[in-house]
Amino acid sequence: MPKSWQKESVIVIAIALILVYALPFAINTFTLSILLIYGMLGLSLGLIWGFGGILCFGQTAFFGLGAYAYAISAINIGESTLPLIFSILVPAAFAALMGAMMFYGRLADVYLGVITLVVTLILFKFINSTASPIYVIGEARLGGYNGIPGFQTLNIPGRPDDYIWGDAFYYFCFAALVIVYLLVSWLLRSSFGRIAIGIRENDERMSLMGYDTRARKTVLFAIGAAIAGLAGGLFANWAEIVTPGLFSLGQSAEIIIWCIVGGLGTRLGPIIGAASLAYLKFLLGQQSMIDNTLIMGLILVLFVLFLPKGIVPAISDLWAASFGRRRKRLRKSRRGTRVISNG
Amino acid sequence: MVEVALETRNLNMRFGGICAVDNVDFKLNAGDLRCLIGPNGAGKSTFFKCVTGQLEPTGGQVFMRDEEVTGWSPHEIASLGVGIKTQVPSVLDGLTAFENIWLAARRFLSVTDANRMTDEVISRLSLGDIINSDVGQLGHGERQRVELGIVMAADPWLILLDEPAAGMSAKDVDSLTNIIHEMLKSAAVIIVEHDMQFIRSIASTVSVFHQGAMLIEDHVDRVMADQTVRNVYLGKKA
Repeated sequence: MPKSWQKESVIVIAIALILVYALPFAINTFTLSILLIYGMLGLSLGLIWGFGGILCFGQTAFFGLGAYAYAISAINIGESTLPLIFSILVPAAFAALMGAMMFYGRLADVYLGVITLVVTLILFKFINSTASPIYVIGEARLGGYNGIPGFQTLNIPGRPDDYIWGDAFYYFCFAALVIVYLLVSWLLRSSFGRIAIGIRENDERMSLMGYDTRARKTVLFAIGAAIAGLAGGLFANWAEIVTPGLFSLGQSAEIIIWCIVGGLGTRLGPIIGAASLAYLKFLLGQQSMIDNTLIMGLILVLFVLFLPKGIVPAISDLWAASFGRRRKRLRKSRRGTRVISNG
Repeated sequence: MVEVALETRNLNMRFGGICAVDNVDFKLNAGDLRCLIGPNGAGKSTFFKCVTGQLEPTGGQVFMRDEEVTGWSPHEIASLGVGIKTQVPSVLDGLTAFENIWLAARRFLSVTDANRMTDEVISRLSLGDIINSDVGQLGHGERQRVELGIVMAADPWLILLDEPAAGMSAKDVDSLTNIIHEMLKSAAVIIVEHDMQFIRSIASTVSVFHQGAMLIEDHVDRVMADQTVRNVYLGKKA
């Protein structure tokens, strides 16, 4: 693993530049865009679950909130810059509030899962029941189960008539994902990230060291929600409609599967898990012989049984076993490797 | 006047009808060493948890350096400069020994100073061989040492150790004795311990707990000779 963040960033950007041009030869950019968006959503849970130990069953709540925040503010503002910022801030604020309630209330593990699940359900039910015209925010009708169509989609900042769509939207999503990935990498290398990993390992020990673990978990939870929200905002632009289906439990469960299959505790794993499973689902959706949730379930079971650490850790273990041995020995003889191994 | 590191007044901890800590008045001066002993269920660990904030006492007060800290949460107490080692080794299993100690140092120091402090603690505890090993894969004695490193890295002025010698080999106990003498140079130390051999080897004032109350406080040799103590705790051996 490269040692400094700068060095790693250069490598990430170089690989990203190759991929951004290579991928459209295999898959069309419209499909690629949604895979990138799901990748970002996967990364958001991968961050808080894999590095913060917070298992959130309601990551779609933040995804959906981001999408709705974008749609509602885009209708009211008629330009996309602020709405995209709102799609980050609204879910982050909501998560900060919700996280503070959970973490200061000393809820842990399974209760946390239940609460996040229930909040997602409440949002789903609530948005579903807003079909009546009385549910209006500014000029935007919430629309209930019909969702909100016809909002201003992404445009060049300050020029509402110059839309970013098609290939340009794909490049935009790719750049957004790379930036988020680099920010997450930077965060995990910072003291804040290292402390968050410490809290994942042993909450009690960290508080006996003098860290306020409740506040730190709340902040991390909000950061995860901000990333999920941005993914939601981009999704709204991709689909050009937002519906209560965004808050569905099926989607919530899928994000968890993405993280497990891709590799928990890595940054790349959840992105790869999300993109590959979403693409598989897309391919399976084109046939009607077998129900694709069945296949998703089967994949999860197979991974848990045979590759419990996920794709990315398995590949990097394999890499280390075949090529990495000499480098590792070299590194060990040098004193003080202060880098956390996180794929 | 000597500064008081820790004082409790009428400290009480009740669980329903059971009084686990019964009106305990306790005082420890800065730089002193004190061992808490007593039979199982005497209330030592409950007393310890009330002082460290892991339990909120049902009555009485706790003072540290003349500041009342009753009912504070563990992170607030630790932030005062209090180092705590719990009964069951509490370390960060998935991380390296270096990272464990670094995180403790980083709480009070900048990144550069934390790096320096971590190196210093590692050499003081001779952890050099295992600094890059995951703590979860280390032996019990080594894990205990890493936890002592975590405590030392924060450079505390009050150290609370719950059964530090538990499960250690004779050699490890020897090095533990040295570590505690090292700690005493800059801090007051309270040790909850069963191992009488070990307590004798660090020869200090001992507080004996019995049924939640403080039975006697005196030098270890006199405590051992006391008939009441022998009856409640040591049986006829010792």
